[in-house]
Amino acid sequence: MLVFTIRRLFQAIPILIVSSFLSFWLATVSGDPVTQKFALRNPPPSKAILDLTRHNMRLDRPWITQYWDWLWGLVSRGDWGPSIDGLQIGSAIGTALAVTLRLILAAMIIALVLAMASGIISAYRQYSKVDYSFTFVGFVFLAMPTFWIAALLKEGAIQFNNSWQSSFGTRPIQTVGQQSIVPPTDFFGRMSDYGTHLVLPTISLALITYAAWSRFVRGSLLEVLNSDYVRLARAKGLTPRRVMFRHALRTALIPMTTVTALTIAALFGGAIITERVFQWRGMGTLIINAINERDRYVIMGWLLVVGLIVVLGNIIADLLYAVLDPRIRYE
Amino acid sequence: MSETTSRPSAEESEGAGGPSAVGLAPPPPEKVEREFTVKERSQASMVLTRFLRHRLAIGSLIFFILLVLVVYLSPVIFHLNYSTITDQASLSPSFKYPMGTDELGHNYVALVLRGAHQSMNIAFIVAIMSSAFGAPYGAIAAYYGGKIDAIMMRIVDVILTLPFLVVTGALAEHYSGTWYTVAILLGVTGWVINARVTRGVVLSVRNQEFVEAARALGASDTRIIFRHLIPNVTGTLIVQATLDIATAILAEAGLSFIGLGIHAPDTSLGVLAQQSQNAIETRPWLFYFPCVMIVVICLSINFIGDGLRDALDPRQTRQRR
Repeated sequence: MLVFTIRRLFQAIPILIVSSFLSFWLATVSGDPVTQKFALRNPPPSKAILDLTRHNMRLDRPWITQYWDWLWGLVSRGDWGPSIDGLQIGSAIGTALAVTLRLILAAMIIALVLAMASGIISAYRQYSKVDYSFTFVGFVFLAMPTFWIAALLKEGAIQFNNSWQSSFGTRPIQTVGQQSIVPPTDFFGRMSDYGTHLVLPTISLALITYAAWSRFVRGSLLEVLNSDYVRLARAKGLTPRRVMFRHALRTALIPMTTVTALTIAALFGGAIITERVFQWRGMGTLIINAINERDRYVIMGWLLVVGLIVVLGNIIADLLYAVLDPRIRYE
Repeated sequence: MSETTSRPSAEESEGAGGPSAVGLAPPPPEKVEREFTVKERSQASMVLTRFLRHRLAIGSLIFFILLVLVVYLSPVIFHLNYSTITDQASLSPSFKYPMGTDELGHNYVALVLRGAHQSMNIAFIVAIMSSAFGAPYGAIAAYYGGKIDAIMMRIVDVILTLPFLVVTGALAEHYSGTWYTVAILLGVTGWVINARVTRGVVLSVRNQEFVEAARALGASDTRIIFRHLIPNVTGTLIVQATLDIATAILAEAGLSFIGLGIHAPDTSLGVLAQQSQNAIETRPWLFYFPCVMIVVICLSINFIGDGLRDALDPRQTRQRR
C-alpha cells in the first residue's frame, strides 16, 4: 500500500509537468500582458517603459526559456514569477485558495449527504412517487445554469432580508462577499462570520453537484440491490433497514469515491461562477482578472495549483477505493 | 419448372422443404416458415419499441424538435427580427410582447430566440466534434491496450487536470469571442469525456467472439475498430451526445456569464443573461427568460437522453413498466 502510494505520487509528477507546460502554452497563446496593459494608455508610453516592462515580465526571453525559468524558479526558490499587477502570486493564490476551498468542501459535504439520502430513498422505493419526484428535481437542477440557481437564491435572500428588516431591524442572511468588511476579531465571531457568508454560495454549488451524484447513487444502489448477495441477505430474514445499510449501501458507495474525485475540477469551475454572483474574492476573481489582463504567471500558477489538487484528489480516491473494497489490492 | 410455381398456396400450407418431385433440387426458399411463426425483431426495432414506451422521453423529443424548428425558423414564420426596435422600451411581458422589451425597445422574444439559435449551434458543433474525435480516440486506446492505451489515457488525464472553464475562457477571450470560436474551443476541451466513455464500452466488448471472428477472417485493425467496435458503442455515443449538448449549452452560458465567452455584438443565451444580470430587481424578465430557455432546452435534451439510455439497455427488456 505504501509502495503503491509512493509510486502514484511519483507518477503524478510527469502529469503535472505536462499539464503545466500545456497551461504555459495556453497562457502565451491567450495574449501579451504588456500590450494589454498599455493598449488604452494615451499618450502611448515610451519605448523604454515598454521594454522595461517586457523585461520585468520576462517576455524578452525565448519562448521555451520562459517556461524553464518559471519552472526552475518555482522548484528551486519558490518564485511564482512576476505579475503585471504587482501581485505576490504565491500568497495571492494561497489567500484565494483558502476562501474557495471553504466553499468547495462545504458544498461537497452537503451534496454528498443530500445525494446519499435521496439516492437511498429513490432506490428503496423504485418507481414510486417519491422516486419520480426526486428524479425530476435532480433533472431540473442538472438543467439549471449555476449562475441562475445562485442568482435566484440571492434574490430570495434579499427579499427575505427586506421583510425581516422591516419587522426586526436586522438582515440575517449574508448575500455579498466571503466575510464582513470588518470581520470580528475573536475566533468564534470570525468562524460564525465565515459560516453565515458561506450559506448561500454553498447551497447553490451543492445543488448542482447533488443533481449528478444522486442519479449515480440511485443507479449504483439499484444494481447492488438486484445482486445475489443482497437476495441472500433478504432470504436470511434480515430487516430491510439492515440489508440496505449494512449490506447494499457499503458496496454501492464505493464507486462514489471515484465520482467525487472526478468532480473536483468541475467544482472549481462552478465555484468561479458562484463566487462571481456572490462577489467573493477567491480563486474565481483571481483567475477572471488574470485572464482579462493576460497575466501569464498568475494563470499558470492558478492552473498548477488546481491541477495539483485534482491529481491529489484522484490519488486519494484510488487509495480510499482500496481501503473500502476488499476485492481490490494494490501490491 | 419448380414446384412452388405449380402450387400457389405452398407458402401457407406446407412451406419449403417438401420432397421434390423432379430430380433437380428446388431453388432455396425465399422465406423460412415455421410452424410457430416468430416475428423476427432486430435490435433497432426493440430499442425503438422501448423508447416509444417512455412517454416522457417521447414528449421531450417532440417538444425539442418543435423548439428547434421555432428557434431556427422564427424569422421566417413569425417575422421576428432581432434588430427591429419598437418605440416601447422596458415593457414588462404582455400579450403583444410575451417576453417584454429590453431597455432599447427590442422585442425580447426575438432576442431570446436568436440567443437560443446561437446556443444550439454551439451545442450541436460541440456534440459533433466531441463524438467525432473522442469516440475513435477511446476506441483505439481500448482496442490496442497496453502501452498505447496507457499513453493515450495519460494525455486525457492531463487535459482533465485543467478546468475547461479557464482553458476555454483564456483562449476565447483572446480570439475575440465569436460564437464559433467558443464552439470549437468547447469541442476541443470536451472530447475527453467521450473518449473515456467510449473506451469503457469498447473494453467490455473487444474480447467477445464476434471481434475474434472478424480477426480470424483477416479483418484489419481499422476495419475491426470502425466496422465492428464503433457500431457497438453507437447507442452509448448517442446518449453521450445528448449529454454533450446539454453540457455545452450550460458551459457556454456559464462562460459568457463570467464575461469570458461570447462578446457582444455576437449573442447567445449566456450573453443575454450576463447583460441583464444587473436588471434582476428592476426588469427581472430580461434575466429570467434566457435562463428559463436554457433550462427548457437542457431539460428536454436530458429526458431524451434518459429515455434512450433505458431503451438501449438490454437488461431493461422486462423490468421496465
